[in-house]
Amino acid sequence: MLASIATFALVGVDSREVTVEVDVRRGLPAFTLVGLPDAAVREARERVRAALLNSSLDFPLQRLTANLAPASMRKAGPSFDLALALGVLTASGQVPADAAGRTAVCGELSLSGALRPFRGALATAMGAREAGYERLIVPTENAGEAALADGLEVLAVPSLERLADLLHGRWAAEPARPRPSPRGATTPAADLADVRGQADAKRAIEIAAAGGHNLLMVGPPGAGKTMIARRLPGILPPPSFEEALEITRIAGVAGLGDGRLAGERPFRAPHHTISAPGLVGGGSQPRPGEITLAHLGVLFLDEVAEFSRGALEALRQPLEDGFAEITRAQRSVTFPARTMLVAACNPCPCARGPGDCRCNDVDRLRYARRLSGPLIDRIDLVCEASAPRAVELVGRPGQAPECSSSIRERVVDARQLQRERLAGSGAYCNADMDGPLTRRHARLGDGEEGRLLRSVEQGGLTGRGHDRVLRLARTIADLAGRRRICSADLEEALGYRLGSPAGLAA
Amino acid sequence: MKAQGAAGACDACLRRGFLVGHLAGHIAGVLDGRGRRVAGLLTLSDENLIEAVAAKQRAGALEYLERFDAGRAREHVDQARAGAVCRHDADYPARLADLDDAPPVLFVKGRIGLDRLSGDDPCVSVVGARRASAYGLEVTLGLGRGLGAAGVTVVSGLAMGIDARAHRGCLDAGGTPVAVLACGPDVAYPKVNRRLYEEICERGLVVSELPPGRRPYRWSFPARNRIMAGLSRMVVLVEAAERSGSLITADFAIQLGRPVGAVPGQVTSSGAAGTNALLKDGAALITSAEDVLDELFGSDHEKPNAGSGTAPVRRHSTDGAAQPRSDDDPVQRLLVEAVEAGAGVDGACARTGLPVGEVRAGLSRLEASGRVRRDALGVYRRTSVP
Repeated sequence: MLASIATFALVGVDSREVTVEVDVRRGLPAFTLVGLPDAAVREARERVRAALLNSSLDFPLQRLTANLAPASMRKAGPSFDLALALGVLTASGQVPADAAGRTAVCGELSLSGALRPFRGALATAMGAREAGYERLIVPTENAGEAALADGLEVLAVPSLERLADLLHGRWAAEPARPRPSPRGATTPAADLADVRGQADAKRAIEIAAAGGHNLLMVGPPGAGKTMIARRLPGILPPPSFEEALEITRIAGVAGLGDGRLAGERPFRAPHHTISAPGLVGGGSQPRPGEITLAHLGVLFLDEVAEFSRGALEALRQPLEDGFAEITRAQRSVTFPARTMLVAACNPCPCARGPGDCRCNDVDRLRYARRLSGPLIDRIDLVCEASAPRAVELVGRPGQAPECSSSIRERVVDARQLQRERLAGSGAYCNADMDGPLTRRHARLGDGEEGRLLRSVEQGGLTGRGHDRVLRLARTIADLAGRRRICSADLEEALGYRLGSPAGLAA
Repeated sequence: MKAQGAAGACDACLRRGFLVGHLAGHIAGVLDGRGRRVAGLLTLSDENLIEAVAAKQRAGALEYLERFDAGRAREHVDQARAGAVCRHDADYPARLADLDDAPPVLFVKGRIGLDRLSGDDPCVSVVGARRASAYGLEVTLGLGRGLGAAGVTVVSGLAMGIDARAHRGCLDAGGTPVAVLACGPDVAYPKVNRRLYEEICERGLVVSELPPGRRPYRWSFPARNRIMAGLSRMVVLVEAAERSGSLITADFAIQLGRPVGAVPGQVTSSGAAGTNALLKDGAALITSAEDVLDELFGSDHEKPNAGSGTAPVRRHSTDGAAQPRSDDDPVQRLLVEAVEAGAGVDGACARTGLPVGEVRAGLSRLEASGRVRRDALGVYRRTSVP
């Protein structure tokens, strides 16, 4: 007898339907698995056999052939276990043949017959919904995440035995509901009010958040660069429902997250020893890199000058395009990668404070040059993070630093202005504006234009830097709620632009 | 530009100058690896020089000499917007003739005339290490400003570190900087100092022994040091390691009987071993521009070069770090002070009490007017050398 069961396999951060066909017929007892399975999928045979027997179900002593279709696609991982077991049950007549119609299943088996969670439940559920399935059966642990996809009935099943009961109609599973989002908490866990002093870095991070600009923080070790960067998600606008789904889906594919709808934007801070594939995604079965895990959130590169040149170089295309494309001989996979980059480095290679530094200009130039090219192109503003003075650490009476939620209000207002202005253009925020959009939306008065041109002529600013300053000035004006960019906005933007590119090129 | 044109050089001297340029590569071949000093090589006559450095290519070099066209050489100098002055010209610095191997012709580029370096006009070389400490750079800037404000012509070699800082200080104070190069006068070397080079061309003078277009050679650095020593009434060293190029300059000055001064450095720092050794050997101890002026004019000196309209000596020479230009806007003055004190943007906010946005805007205005600068990582630096 032949059974055909629908399941889903992860491809990038999406899922594709895979049909598991199981054929049971007389012959020497054997269990053959075809359809480009990898080692983990092959091992599924042993898990299925033990799980069935431990669940007081029968493993037929007959010739079993299972095929994973489409046979041209490589299958990896243990999430086909449940579909294989159900296929065996159906093909051997232990559950009704028509019970699994319009139902997809996905899950890993334990030898005891219990169902174990798998990666990418939300991506799987979305794929099932797209493919027109009405029900999805998943392990209990995955149910909350899978149930985030509406328009699909998600059934949580704890074990193989329960699954058989369910299909026989002896047990009714409650449709799973999404677990409440942690967004109920109104204040972010890490608040900018915790950061003392740091006026410059705080202002810069607010501008960066308001316009989606990439940021470089320069300061001695211990100044609090990481502390500030960690607080950036808390002042970015809260994710919309669609964005939260996207964030949750990607976290689920990577095996991160707790299955609840993301309430905050992601913050990823990979160590500087990370490889290029680790940063932008890769592997023979391409897995998302850090930049994809930071999609719609923040990618923080501490000690950015210590990252390998190859890794930084690999960031260039994803930062430019908003997605990372991983090409393998068989196919190419596209990962979303719209992220804000926050980089941090020391003011010079010796990393001592301003008083003890022994570095000369050549050392500094060489250090700065390590980040030229790949990254500098995409960084819109640079700020200083200074070691706070004692008086700031203690705090002055009656002068509490501003908290994240009130900064977030200004950021949200500024983003709203940008959304209205950029509606239909394909850009989401000021930092996304290309040359023509910049010229249309960031016009200067004659006096300001002259001021900017002088900066270009003095050699401190390149053509690319010119547009970058315009976008930054636009954001500063948006933060202040100004339609027109005034000369103070432009001057502040010039003050935050990156150091002389001529110095970096020399 | 006053220094433009090769009218100040006679054909013979011009020919010699271009010959040295032509043989520069051969001189490098003879000298490299066998000490860095040109020794007596440049005192040789044309034929002997060719024999000494280019024996194998003697024919080619002699032919070059034979076919030398003074008219075309002058055109070449003009095209580089440079000038040439030979030892027969009244503008040729008399002090330089004290050297045995004084260059017969100097190629120059800049706004002032070479006569500025002649006669009694005070002229001091300030030289030192390329890899200098923050302390050395700070002292040098103060020296440059103090000497520049006192109307002293500050000579240095446009190298990174101390040299660049000395030029910068002199420019800050509205003084007259002179850069002596190891390459042609139209070549900005090292490249990082291009902007400084251009400012010196604009407000001071660039001098070289090599004709326009010539790149620097290893031998031409110590050779240039002898010119610096020859042009100056005094040589001041800041931070020189043992066996450093700056000590070569000091040696030349000692041979010429010119006073040598040194700024004391940390005894534990190998970067100051050379200067400290000089002090032990009796060099003048220099702690400020005032000390240099005392050494030049005696301790009861009157202010030199009073006619040039520069500010009174004492006001600036005692406090080299003071901003010599007038600051009408108190906020701007506070910002400049904050940057000079290395306080950073946060420190500038604290000092001015202004919101950070206005501080950034103010700093960018100051940057546009060249009063503060940012390094390659965008950090406002306490001093303004690139």
